[in-house]
Amino acid sequence: MFTGPEIEAVFAELGITHVVWIPDTAIGPWEASLAGSSRLRLIRVCREGEAWPLAAGLHLGGQIPLVVMQTTGLFESGDALRNVLFDMKLPIYSLIGVRNWLAPQSRDSAKTFAEPILNAWGLDRQWIVEPADKPKLAEHFCRCRLAGVPGITLLAEGAP
Amino acid sequence: MPTRNDRSSGMSVVEALRVVADLCCGQQIVVTNQGSARIWPKLRRRPLDVHYNPSTMSGAIPLALGLALAQRHREVLAISGDGSLLMSLGSLVTVVGSGATNLTIVLLDNGLYEVTGGQETPAARMAIDYAGIARAAGFPTSLEFRDLSDWRARAADVLTLPGPRFIRLVVSAAPAEYLISSTPPLPEQLAGLKTSLEIA
Repeated sequence: MFTGPEIEAVFAELGITHVVWIPDTAIGPWEASLAGSSRLRLIRVCREGEAWPLAAGLHLGGQIPLVVMQTTGLFESGDALRNVLFDMKLPIYSLIGVRNWLAPQSRDSAKTFAEPILNAWGLDRQWIVEPADKPKLAEHFCRCRLAGVPGITLLAEGAP
Repeated sequence: MPTRNDRSSGMSVVEALRVVADLCCGQQIVVTNQGSARIWPKLRRRPLDVHYNPSTMSGAIPLALGLALAQRHREVLAISGDGSLLMSLGSLVTVVGSGATNLTIVLLDNGLYEVTGGQETPAARMAIDYAGIARAAGFPTSLEFRDLSDWRARAADVLTLPGPRFIRLVVSAAPAEYLISSTPPLPEQLAGLKTSLEIA
């Protein structure tokens, strides 16, 4: 949906200093633009559970991190998310790719459980389902930042 | 392969940590968690200490790495147990891959899940070469100490070697009285940290 240069420009204009990520097939093509950016740093983690506390450290140190991963990584990193967003009460923002959301026939459990899990966490979220939704990422990020709360943009993806 | 946990002959964890506490300068950030978060405040209290409890096991190293990347002019020290490290050995690769050089990981290896009552980790009866794993992951400084007098004699120099640094301390179980938590609530600590770092 976003090209690499597009998303790098959006993140940089929002003042994001570090993107902490594990990519999937839809987000992966952004790598060259993010890694080559002079305005932000791409931090690669080995496991999604590292991403949340790493972003917490960046935030505490005065930076503006963004966590990027797929729904599968969101599920894997649930305890780390719980700790950072609820115990530490840090307003970390994330962008989560929802695998197969745009594939109506898909029975992928990574799609099925995305919304129920997020409902359980009670996190403020914004969907981007079609190109016309793109501006909603920046709008939602700014709303959450102003309110000092965590937020999630859910990026609807097709089949991997 | 050893058939028993040979860390029982390791150095006193309290004395091992006291060596680190005595060397901490004013500008250094120290992240403790699990057992060390209960021991460290009894040895020293500093505004730049983060006692990361309630924590996610394996979260202390990434948290410290984030602080190190954000505060490049400060040294950051992460004190982790072996049980926590085993949950995310890949975090050692993340540290090196990030390019951070201002980070030291002190591994307290007793082969136990200490705060839950001292159950053995899967590695308790194995001779795991954690320093070798860190070296293989690319840590330019990776050392281990089993003897307190040796650690005490060399700690100051080791902490100035090229970073990121990985230091395995083979320690015995903590005395029960040290495992009673006395850390302030985490949000309160974090607010104090941000004030100390002069972050609005």
